[in-house]
Order: sequence, then C-alpha cells, then structure tokens
Amino acid sequence: MKEGVTQKNAKLVRTLVFVVLGMFGFGYALVPLYDVLCEVTGLNGKVESSAVKEVSYEVDKNREITVEFMTALNEATPMVFRSEINKIKVHPGEYVTVNFYAENKTDKVMVARAIPSISPGAVAEFFKKTECFCFSEQTFKAREGRTMPVRFVVNPEIPKEYKTITLAYTFFDNTETSVK
Amino acid sequence: MSAVVAEHDDHHDHGPAKGLLRWVITTNHKDIGTLYLLFALAMFFVGGAMAMVIRAELFEPGMQFVNPQFFNSMTTMHALVMVFGAVMPAFVGLANWMIPMMIGAPDMALPRMNNMSFWMLVAGVLLLASTLFMEGGAPASGWTLYPPLVLQTGKALPFAIFSVHLLGISSIMGAINIIATIFNMRAPGMTLMKMPMFVWTWLITAFLLIAIMPVFAGAVTMLLTDKFFHTSFFDAAGGGDPVLYQHIFWFFGHPEVYVMILPTFGVASTIIPVFARKPLFGYSSMVYATASIAFLSFIVWAHHMFTVGMPIAGELYFMYATMLIAIPTGVKVFNWTATMWKGSMTFETPMLFSIAFVVLFTMGGFTGLMMSVAPVDFQYHDTYFIVAHFHYTLVPASVFILMAAGYFWLPKWTGHMYDERIGRLHFWLSVVSVNILFFPQHFLGLAGMPRRIPDYAVQFADWNMISSIGGFIFGASQLLFLYIVIDTIKGGTGEKVTDEVWEDAAKHSLEWTLPSPPPYHSFTTPPTVIPTEHI
Amino acid sequence: MKKTKQLFAGLILMAFGLGTAQAEYTLNLMKGVTKVSNDIYDLHMLILWVCIFIGIGVFGTMFYSIYHHRKSRGHKAAQFHENTTVEIIWTIIPTLILIGMAIPATKAMMELDDVQESEMSIKVTGHQWKWEYEYLDNGIHFFSSLDEASNKVRQVGSGLDPRSVPNYLLNVDKPLVIPTKKKIRFVFTSADVIHSWWVPDLGWKKDTNPGFINESWTSVDEPGTYRGQCTELCGKDHGFMPIVVIAMNEPDYNAWVEKQKAAVAAEAGSASKQWATEELVAKGKSVYETNCSSCHMADGAGLAGTFPAIKASKVVTGDINAQVKLMLDGKGMMPAFGKMLSPVDFAAVVTYTRNGLGNSVGDSIQPSAIQTLQSATPAAGKNE
Repeated sequence: MKEGVTQKNAKLVRTLVFVVLGMFGFGYALVPLYDVLCEVTGLNGKVESSAVKEVSYEVDKNREITVEFMTALNEATPMVFRSEINKIKVHPGEYVTVNFYAENKTDKVMVARAIPSISPGAVAEFFKKTECFCFSEQTFKAREGRTMPVRFVVNPEIPKEYKTITLAYTFFDNTETSVK
Repeated sequence: MSAVVAEHDDHHDHGPAKGLLRWVITTNHKDIGTLYLLFALAMFFVGGAMAMVIRAELFEPGMQFVNPQFFNSMTTMHALVMVFGAVMPAFVGLANWMIPMMIGAPDMALPRMNNMSFWMLVAGVLLLASTLFMEGGAPASGWTLYPPLVLQTGKALPFAIFSVHLLGISSIMGAINIIATIFNMRAPGMTLMKMPMFVWTWLITAFLLIAIMPVFAGAVTMLLTDKFFHTSFFDAAGGGDPVLYQHIFWFFGHPEVYVMILPTFGVASTIIPVFARKPLFGYSSMVYATASIAFLSFIVWAHHMFTVGMPIAGELYFMYATMLIAIPTGVKVFNWTATMWKGSMTFETPMLFSIAFVVLFTMGGFTGLMMSVAPVDFQYHDTYFIVAHFHYTLVPASVFILMAAGYFWLPKWTGHMYDERIGRLHFWLSVVSVNILFFPQHFLGLAGMPRRIPDYAVQFADWNMISSIGGFIFGASQLLFLYIVIDTIKGGTGEKVTDEVWEDAAKHSLEWTLPSPPPYHSFTTPPTVIPTEHI
Repeated sequence: MKKTKQLFAGLILMAFGLGTAQAEYTLNLMKGVTKVSNDIYDLHMLILWVCIFIGIGVFGTMFYSIYHHRKSRGHKAAQFHENTTVEIIWTIIPTLILIGMAIPATKAMMELDDVQESEMSIKVTGHQWKWEYEYLDNGIHFFSSLDEASNKVRQVGSGLDPRSVPNYLLNVDKPLVIPTKKKIRFVFTSADVIHSWWVPDLGWKKDTNPGFINESWTSVDEPGTYRGQCTELCGKDHGFMPIVVIAMNEPDYNAWVEKQKAAVAAEAGSASKQWATEELVAKGKSVYETNCSSCHMADGAGLAGTFPAIKASKVVTGDINAQVKLMLDGKGMMPAFGKMLSPVDFAAVVTYTRNGLGNSVGDSIQPSAIQTLQSATPAAGKNE
C-alpha cells in the first residue's frame, strides 16, 4: 500500500510537470496565435506584413471610401517622415498609389522600420497592399531622403458601414538592433 | 522520484529536530505550514509599510515625502509583496497545516519538495526586495509589468524577473504537492465529495496555479529577451505588439486573482457552518460554483483591457463572459446566507471576520459587476474605483478570512486559547477602518482620480485624507493581531482548550478529532470515521 | 488642525444630506457633456440601483438572520442543507437580471465604437510626459504639458500650497480646442510607452499604443472647459500630464484657428531677430521648467542612475553644436526636442542650460540658427 502511494505520486507528479511545461509552451504559442487572431479579427489594427498579388476587383463606382494617412516617429528616431497627401477618396476595388517621403537626419547610416497600423481594425482584412516600404527594414544613407510608394486596394466586399479608414505608419530606428 | 512520503513506522517516536536547524531542514507539514504563515505575516507588515508610505504621500495634495519614481516603486512593490509574499503564501501555509489533517493523511505527499518550495519563496521575495536598493530603483511599472514602460527599469529588471521565476516555481511546486496530497493521501472513506470545502477550493486553486504560473513565467521571460537579446515579442519596432503582453499577462492575471479568492471561499465555507451550528447549505453546488468560477476565469481576461483598443466583437464577448461570473459568485453568497439562516449562531472572532467577509466581498463583487459592463468601464478603468474594487475583494475578503482562519485554528495549532476580547477589538477596529480606508476611494474614482498617481488635484483632497486616516488606523490595528498571535503561542489566556475547541466542530472536519495541539505526526493510522456534517 | 475640523464638519453635513456646503465633493460619476457620456451615466446608475437592490435583499436577510437566529436568543439550529428549488431560483433570477443589463450595455458599446462619418480628425500622441495634438484637417500642431504654476508646486518638498494654484495639476500650457456640435474623431498613438487619454466629461478613455493607432470620437454640445488626466501608468511623471479640452462655438473656434496660424507666422518673425544672451537665459528658464525639469530636476541635478545632471555636464559645457544636435535628435529616453520646441524656445533653453543651473560657459545660440537646423526637420507627421 505504501509503495502504491509512492508510485502513484511519482506518476502524478510526472503528469503535472508535463502540464506545467505544456503551459509554459502555451504562453509562447500565444504569440503566433495572437498574430493569427489579429489577422482574422483585425484586433489592434495589425495589418498583413507581406505583399499580396495584384488581382483585379470589380470597381464599385457607387461607393467612396476616404483613406486617411498618418505618419509618426517613435521617440528618438531622427527622421523626417510624411505622406504626400493627407487623405484620398477611393472606390472599392480600384488600385491607388500614394507616396511617402522619409529622410535620415543623421550623419550615419540608419536602418529603420515602418510599422503599419490600421483603424478601424475590422477593415484590415479588406485592405490589401501590393507594395509597401513597411514590408521590410529600410536602410538610409547619411542624410538620405527618398520617396516611397504604397500601392493598395480596398476589397469591394468591405461592409457598407465603413466610410473612413485610417492608415498609420510609425518609423522606428532599428539601427542598433539590426547591426547584428 | 526523489521526493517520497516520509512515512515509516519508526517515525512515531521522532519529534522535531532540535534547535534552529529544525526549521531549515524540516519536512513536516505542520512546521512548513508554520513557516509559511509566519513568513506571510512578516510580508503582510512589509507590504503594509509600503502602503503606509503611499497613503502618507497621498494624505495631502502636493509632494511631501517621496519622489514620483519611488512612489511608483512603492505601488509596484506593495502589490507584488502582498500578492506573492503575503496572501498566496498564507494560503499555502494553511493548506500545509490543514489539508493533511482534514483528509486524514499523515503528511503532505512530497515533503522534501515542500521544504524546497518554501525556501525558494523566501529566496524569491528577498531577491525582489533587494531591487529596492539597486541603481535606478525597484521596478516602478506597476505589478502588471507592462512593456514598454517596464523595459525602462534600471538595473533591477533582470533581478525582478528572476525573482518572479523563483516565486512561480515555488507556487507550482506547492500546487503539485497539494494535488498529489489530495489525490493520493486521503484516508479510506474520504471520497472527493466528502472533502471539506477548504480542501476542494485548494484542489481547484492548485490546478489554476499549474495552468497559469508557467504562462506568467513565459511572459516575463519574453520581457527579458526583448530587453537583452533583441527579440521583439512586445516591441512594435521588430513587428511585435505591446498589447500582446497584456493579453498574456491577464491570461495569467485573472485566474491569479482567483487563486487568492478561491481558498478564501473555502475557509469561509468551513467557518460559517461551525458557528451557525448547521451544515453548509448546498455543498455540491458550492463545489460546482467554485469549479465554474475557475473555468470562467480563463475566458474573461481582456476585461482588464477594455480601453486598449479592441474590435467591438471582442469588447462585447469579454463583457458578456465577465457578467456570467456574477452567477456562480452569487450562488456562493446566497449559500452562505442560507447556511446562517435558522442557525444557532454565536459570534466569536472567526465568525465576525467571516460575516464581514461575506458582506464586504459582496460589495467588491457589486463593483466588479459594474465594471464588467464595457462602456461604463471606459469611465471606471484605471481610476480609484478599480483600486477600491480590488482592495474590497482582497483586504476585507482574503485578508479578513486569513485573520478568521488564524483565530479559528490558532487554538488547534498551539493548544492555547487567544484572548477573545482583544480579538473582537481587533475585528471592530479592522472592519471600521478598512471601510474608512477603501470606501471613499469609490468616490475618488468616480470623481475622476486616476490610480497610480503620487499627487492629485485639490478637489480630491478631502476623501484622500479620510482614506489615509482609515489606512493608518487599519495599519496600526494589525499590530493587535501580531500581539494576539505571539500571546497565543506563548500560552494565551491559559484556558485549557479541548480537542474540539469550538462546539461540535468535530462533526464538521477531521482536524478537530485530534488533540490540541496535534502531535507532530498525526494520522499515522488513518481515521476510521469521516465527519459528514459539512456536506 | 483646522483642516481636520472642516473635514469632520463636512462629513457631518453630508450625513444630514446637506451636501451643498461642499459643492466640490463629487460622490457619483459625472454625467459629462456628450450623448455617449450621458448614456454611460444612465447605464452606471441602472447597475448601481440593481446592485443596491440586490444588496438590500441579501444583507437584509443576513442581518435578520444574525439578529434572530442566534444562540444567545435560544434559537435552535435547523438542519436543512439543500433545496434544489431555491438554488435553481437564485441561479435563474440573476441570469435574467444580467440579460436585462446586457441589452442597454451592448447598445452603448456600439455607439461608443462608431467612429465613422466624423467631421474632423485630431491626432493625439502620448509622450513621456506631455501630449501632442495635431489637427489633421488644418495642420495646427502643438504640444500640451502641465502648466508652470502646478509644476512649481508639485516638486517634492516645494512647500508651496497646491490650493493656491487654480486647477492644480489639471491645467496645461496649451489646451486642446475643439468646436462644439461636431463629430470629432481622435486618433491615438504614442511615441514611447503606453499612455491613456481620459477626459471624464467626454465619457471614455483610450490607450495610446506605440506603433499602433486607436480611434474614438466625441461631439460636445455645450461650450466649456473639460479637464482630464493620463490614466495609464507611464513612468515617473504619469500623474503630471493633464489634458484640457476647451469646446468653443463654431465662430470662436474659427477665430482660434486663425489666431494659431498667425502665431506660427509671428513666431517665425521673432526667430529671425537677434536676441541678447540675458533675454535668452530669462526665457530659457521657464522653457526648462516646463520641458526639462521633470527628468533633469529643477536645479539641474538630474536623478542618479536614470537622468543625467545638467550641472557640469560634459555635453552642456562642451561644444554647443553637439549639444544642439543631441537635443534636436534625442537620445535614448531623451526625446527629440527638434520637433517639440519653437526656434526661440529651443535657443533659449540651450543658452539657459549653458549659463544657468550652475554652469557658466558664456556662449549662446540664436533662434535663427536653430531655425536653419530645424527647417530640415519639420514637425513629425506634418503633411504640408
């Protein structure tokens, strides 16, 4: 009987330790899960981080959606960054290209990354970009400034209630971390 | 397995080891329980001293005593010390003392691991406390440790994170031990549905701990690698998201607050029937309610983040799920009331604290219900209203029940009776001052005072002063508890306590069939009669 | 002691329901000045009454029982311990109450969430520890920090009386001005850590997340001044970054917009004039107190281990151009002030740090020189 308890304990402890390890792994699994969830539900306005193929949609001439552009710089990111236009009215299904201008204000090479965010988050799945400077880190030579295009389309399947979309980019100076 | 049951026949003659070393090497559940309880009591005063600093600074508008950075460290450390150093260890201490005696077991299932988890707790808390003296100060980002703010912590960050790891491992080991004890060490005839409520609630709590502590450990590890190894789990610059941390944290954090309240329910369900001289009303529905509260705690986390910017579907889902918690919680409160109904009540100190718990916890529950409503939470969130809410569910709930447990079982543990007059004085001072302390904070929050601010606009001055006065009285009153504990250990009133201590208590639970104090090794032969009055 | 006496007098008055003498006390949630905030208030009151009603029932029963069913009154304990009917009833009734609450709550939530069809947009950026506002439609752009009077009083051990400052800790140097009766959309983001923008009278708060945007909206009916604070712990001066929103009638608002545009032009003019070192030092002192003293401390001593001292600093006593560059671009936790300060303020604070706070380098820099450097650095996010 005594031996029985010891063995039962050992078995139970083993099981529970597996549960613990499993839950530790689950914590990490939440990271990709969250990204999937974000893409599906538009949680927190995360946008797809890679280009989609340009497919043609039927342009819905009866609807107009205002797309506003916002630019921001994280603290201590010495750059100039602006969009060429404030906002644009687009028909769902039509492809539009908008230019952004970014300039390195330092005398050193800078690696910066633009992080996109879209609001309302629920429209993220209908907002497709075929070209964007945010898909990868951008390297700027000292004092270099350049114009970068974003090409996008709003999927005509977007629900009727959405009339304004805000697209924001925040540049982060990643020079230090990407040296490696 | 190296840790096995220390159950050999020759142990009958062994008493505790001599001298101080006894406490270092002990594997006896009663000794370890005592260590946990005393350590928790000490940390209760350390965390309380930090609260006194906070209330002193907030006594009047203007900055009088500490700089804002230190103030933030105080709110952070107060929370961490109280949660991980005081309340959780106190319940583990109670579990250590009571679970083996309640289920008729000779000791915990894994006694050596038991010793290790206690000392790891001490190491973790000491490490945490040491960050106070480091360059850049202790963590000052709130106990939730949100990035990116927490990454601005000075030298203390890796130490604080390592301390969280230690505390986590300690809790996990404690939880494994409790599950193993309950599953494998019950006396013959002690079926699961005959176990006292305290054992039940701890069983469920232990499973919560095993599920959530590793997730928290993972989250803080991600913070660590984000800071030092260029990962970007939570850093937007590398494609991460700071809000993700909040999701992971609260996936841990919401069950975590139930880790502190479920054993509280268990103790209340143990004490009230004894003093009402009636069986607990609805034993099985209490078990199911506890289990459903535990389950719901895993699916409501984002109600801590209504204002973080979620899509409407998320807001609504988390609102509905959170509102559901009111149902099993309501069942508990109704059952306690029904247990008192038509009883034959007496009002010794443990009962007084338990009744205060039911009333004041319910008030915390009401404000919780109010905050579950997402649009209204857009006003309440991160104000003193939430500060009042969670302190109502922690201080006059968990802490009061820990006091009640102290008064209830001290005579059993020591064989001495505490001084009932001082006990009641302690109760009345506590219950009045705790309301002076926290009730005005509802008004402050509604009037627009954010939480975690070291200084405030003058229209908040009066209620803050009242709250601080309540805080000082509450803090000072707890010294009475310290006095009573010491006095009772030393002999108390000198009155000889019976095995039962409280009238007919032995009908409710096994520990009252043992002598007071119980022998160093109890139930080396399992009990034959299982009390069933409590079900 | 006089204050304590007043306090007790106040308490007693309140106990008798004569709260009028204490108009300053607010016990309940504010109704606010928007439709949404009023809906939220109604919802708050509904749930409050539900809770009070249930509370009276439960506590009433409990205290009746405590009074009557006690041993000292000779009450004998009944032995019932189960009643399925009762348990089903007290599960179903709360469920129904919850459903009744969920319906209006859902409606209010949908309303709060509907940012579509707004008439103007304002971008709000949280900084440690100030707010940045940018009107996306007309390009007006400024920073808003704690007002100087509050800032002096709130220093540790200042010994100054907070009651002497009107709207202590709830006042800013430049308030956000909005027109009434217009649906205004706010877009939130942050340049460093997470903040949260809350004006109770508008009925909501919203977090500002670095790298991400959030939206919310308001429409204020009555002109007035509405005050709020940051509500997400954002570091040392979390308690010292208030929000002031002034709602104006359409004509007043338009006049304000014109004035802002004129001020920008005037600022440009004063930047081109030649300033004396003393003038710059004098102006720089107040710029320092508003923008720098929260980290580097009012006396320039800094905070060991976290914020470097200004006094005898290598940067400040070294090459002036290096100092200017560091301040323009920022470094680590030090924000890039190039986009936050006007040329005059910038030149003034540089000159002040070099010739005040225990330093005496003796040199100065002209606003015009700063302007040249800044001109290549237009304010972040400006689209013109």
